[in-house]
Amino acid sequence: MSKLTFNKELCKGCGLCVQACPKNVLAVSDKDSNGKGYYVVEAVNEKDCIVCAFCATMCPDCVITVEK
Amino acid sequence: MAERKLMKGNEAIAEAAIRGGCRFYAGYPITPQNEIPEYMSWRLPEVGGRFIQAESEISAINMVYGAAGAGARAMTSSSSPGISLKQEGISYICGAELPCVIINMVRSGPGLGGIQPAQSDYFQTVKGGGHGDYRMLVYSPCSVQECVDLLYDAYDKAERYRLPVMILGDGMLGQIMEAVTLPEMKDLSSLPKKAWAADGSGIGKDRRIINSLYIVPDELEAMNRKLQKIYDDMCEREVMCEDYLTEDAEIIITAYGTVARIAKSAVDVLRENGIKAGLVRPITLYPFPKANFARTMENPCVKEVVAVELSMGQYVEDVRLVAEGKKPVKFYGRSGGNVMSPEDIVDFVLKEVK
Amino acid sequence: MSTVFEKPSFLTDTPFHYCPGCTHGIAHRLVAEALGEIGADGHCVGVAPVGCAVFAYNYFNCDMIEAAHGRAPAVATGIKLTNPDNIVFSYQGDGDLASIGMAEIVHAATRGVNITVIFINNAIYGMTGGQMAPTTLLGQRATTCPSGRSAEVNGYPIRMCEMLATLDGPSYIARCSLADVKNVRQAKKAVLKAFQNQKEGKGFSFVELLSTCPTNWHLSPVQALKYVKNQMTAQYPLGVFKEV
Repeated sequence: MSKLTFNKELCKGCGLCVQACPKNVLAVSDKDSNGKGYYVVEAVNEKDCIVCAFCATMCPDCVITVEK
Repeated sequence: MAERKLMKGNEAIAEAAIRGGCRFYAGYPITPQNEIPEYMSWRLPEVGGRFIQAESEISAINMVYGAAGAGARAMTSSSSPGISLKQEGISYICGAELPCVIINMVRSGPGLGGIQPAQSDYFQTVKGGGHGDYRMLVYSPCSVQECVDLLYDAYDKAERYRLPVMILGDGMLGQIMEAVTLPEMKDLSSLPKKAWAADGSGIGKDRRIINSLYIVPDELEAMNRKLQKIYDDMCEREVMCEDYLTEDAEIIITAYGTVARIAKSAVDVLRENGIKAGLVRPITLYPFPKANFARTMENPCVKEVVAVELSMGQYVEDVRLVAEGKKPVKFYGRSGGNVMSPEDIVDFVLKEVK
Repeated sequence: MSTVFEKPSFLTDTPFHYCPGCTHGIAHRLVAEALGEIGADGHCVGVAPVGCAVFAYNYFNCDMIEAAHGRAPAVATGIKLTNPDNIVFSYQGDGDLASIGMAEIVHAATRGVNITVIFINNAIYGMTGGQMAPTTLLGQRATTCPSGRSAEVNGYPIRMCEMLATLDGPSYIARCSLADVKNVRQAKKAVLKAFQNQKEGKGFSFVELLSTCPTNWHLSPVQALKYVKNQMTAQYPLGVFKEV
């Protein structure tokens, strides 16, 4: 059981977290954007999350908090 | 305890700085000021201070920037070409409002120039040799004792205004040996805590950021206006100038630093020959002693002013500015490390003036 | 629930100004994590460089001093000698450290001054718009070598770790990459070691982090990581070059 929290306003939609995730949990949204105008990352498949925190490890902007 | 000693100018400067609170020195060897780092290297550790021989003048001034930013009473010294190298750091120190003391034992230029005395760093010192609108408190002592007296309180001044205090000397002042009275060691523990210093304790809102970067034009302009206010305040309080026999003088000789001592002798010789001469000797070059000069320029006795300096004509420009055309200002200078004698000045006055 | 990963408290709440996908953010986080883990809170001073990381003073939750271009090791030396109990670090890019600041870094290293230097090598001048850096690879394009860096015209890229490792002064010199999770974790260990060394009084510690500049490399953030992993790492081999 995992909980991914995204600090949406910090996200720049770079996608480094998406490619780091071994379980394809994340995607950069094509609808949801933030105040800076970036399309932001979202969990599209959170049930597969194995709480490895690879996403947060590669995120340059400290967007993601990982809990279990 | 005050003590009386025979000391070389450079060594007296180092000792006076330490007694005034200097606990960090970084420098790079250059003639004619090498006795300062040499003295500091053994003396500072005795009082719990730190000496470091830097890899360059650039590095030395940046070590001073770091030490001053961390709260130390820091100092560097050099001579003209080395001071040119330090200008970047001096500008940053002024931009970040850090107090420190810088000694320039001027030698002749331009370029590598020579190692003999000169005053050709006047422009780079009082007009800002680095980039941006900044000023320093600039002293030009004329004797070893005056070096000691000015340095002893230099850190108090530097910290009051949060800017560098520069001592503008020359090779003569650095190498001359004179009897000096040394004041007692200042008690640093009684000084107020520097709330702005990056002493490492800052967290969150209490963090100290030592910085001179202002990307937003309005913020940078506000910063420059603030600095200007500080300089204006300093100009009101810190002017120092000696007027010698000026009240009835028909000819005013003006000079600063060691040259003023020579000029003073010339004034005495002229007086002995029945010529009413006087001397205006700025002790602070910035702030420039405008009021003293205004008195001179308004004095109906005064017929002519002679600016004497060891350069091709830098100081004379400021004298002419304060003269505002009210009195003619003549220039007498030597260069290349040549130093005029009192007789040279007397001859110039007799030949060129009136 | 327990927290597996969150923003370290040694970073302030100020959002990073870096371009999307720039690994400066990862490097900042590693430094902040290490500072937190060695307990540097309340006795730490960082020195910010000139370059993309010029605003680093906004991000680290400690006292910060902004240095002139390349002078950070000299500034850090002044800070450390004034307050030796503080953890003092400089954070510098390749133009800052390996070009204009070459003298300062070499002499801080040979002096063995007990500070930690984090060197971000992304082989380009980012802030000024993508000019050639001392570490730009042969053949790599930059705005001042538009057809690619040529050895004939521009000389060769500098390997800082190898150079500094020839000196007797440093206690720890390592190069890591931020190209993927495994390497970031490796980098974290090196950064932590570099700060632990300082805490233990071991002397000068230096960690080079191979980083990206997607904007000036004209690559996507993901492609930029691949460039680090393949081209950059080939020129700048990873590893520990000195450990005393």
